[in-house]
Amino acid sequence: MTDRALDPREAAITWHHAEEDAHDHGGSATVLGFWIYLMSDALIFASLFAMYGVVSTAYAGGPVPREIFDLPLVALNTALLLASSITFGQAIPHIEEGRVGPTRFWLAVTGLLGAAFVGVELYEFSHLIAEGAGPQRSAFLSAFFTLVATHGAHVTVGLIWIATMLVQLGQHGLTGEMKRRLVCLSMFWHFLDIIWIGVFTFVYLYGVIR
Amino acid sequence: MSAHLHAEHHPQASGHSRRGYRIGSALAIILTVIPFWLVMSGGLSNPAVTAAIIFALALVQIVVHVVSFLHLDTRSEGGWTLLAFLFTVVIVVVTIGGSIWVMYHLNANMMPMPNGAVPIVR
Repeated sequence: MTDRALDPREAAITWHHAEEDAHDHGGSATVLGFWIYLMSDALIFASLFAMYGVVSTAYAGGPVPREIFDLPLVALNTALLLASSITFGQAIPHIEEGRVGPTRFWLAVTGLLGAAFVGVELYEFSHLIAEGAGPQRSAFLSAFFTLVATHGAHVTVGLIWIATMLVQLGQHGLTGEMKRRLVCLSMFWHFLDIIWIGVFTFVYLYGVIR
Repeated sequence: MSAHLHAEHHPQASGHSRRGYRIGSALAIILTVIPFWLVMSGGLSNPAVTAAIIFALALVQIVVHVVSFLHLDTRSEGGWTLLAFLFTVVIVVVTIGGSIWVMYHLNANMMPMPNGAVPIVR
C-alpha cells in the first residue's frame, strides 16, 4: 500500500482503500495473507504435478491409465466439484447483504456436493486398490494417489471448514468476522476447483489419450 | 476477492462481480464439457492434437476461474495479489515444465544398464 501512495495518479484511491480497511477490522490484510497461503499451496501442488509428470509412464509392468481410469466417473466428480463452486457463488450476494438463512442454505448445498465428490473419489480409490492398482504397484500409481489424494484431503478440510461455518453462522450470524472467514473459505474452495482442472486434464484425460 | 469485502461500500462493483460470476460459470461449464466430450468420444485421429487442445482449454479455464471466481485484477490489495499470482505462475511453470523437460532428456540420454534393468524413470 505504501509504495502506491508514491504514485500521484493512484494516491486518492489508496487513501480510500486505507479507510475501508479500517472498517473491515484488518479483513483486507487477512485476505491478502490468505491469498499468499493459496499461492504457497499452489506450489505444493506444482511439485506433486511435476513428480507425476516425471513418473507418469513408469508403469513397472503394471496397469496403464487407459485400463484403470473410468472417465464417466471422473466426469461425474468434475461436475460435482464445479457445481459446488457455482453454488458457493450463489451464497456470496447473501453473505454481502447479511442474510443468514440463504447463506446457510447455499453453504450446505456446497458442502453436500463436496461430500459427494470425496465419496466418489474414495469409491474410485477403493476400486483401484481392489483391482491391484494400489499406490504400491508402480511409480505412476504412487504419484497418482499422492497427487489426487492430496487434493481430496484439501477438499475434506474444506468440508470441515464449511461445517464449522454452518455452526458459527447459527451462533454469531453474519458479523464482520464471519464475513471475513466466509470470504477466505470461498477463495479456498474456488482454488481447489482450479487445482482439479489440472488434475482432470493432466492426469485423467491426457492419461487416457497418450 | 476484495470485491466481496468492499461490496457493502460499492453496490455497483458487486453487481458487476455477480455478472462476472454468471459469465464465468457458463464459460467454466463449456470449457469442462468440451475436453471430456473430445476424449470420451474417441478423440481426434491425432492424439498429439487432442492433447494440445485439452491443455489449451485447461489453461483458458484456469484463467476464467482466477478472474471470475477469485476476482483477481490489477487493483485488489494494491496489486499485491496479482504480483504474488504472477510470481507463483513463474515458479509453477519452472517446477513442472523444468522437471519434465530435464528428466525426459536425462532418461533419453541414459546409457543402457549392464544387466538390462530399466532406468528408474519410465
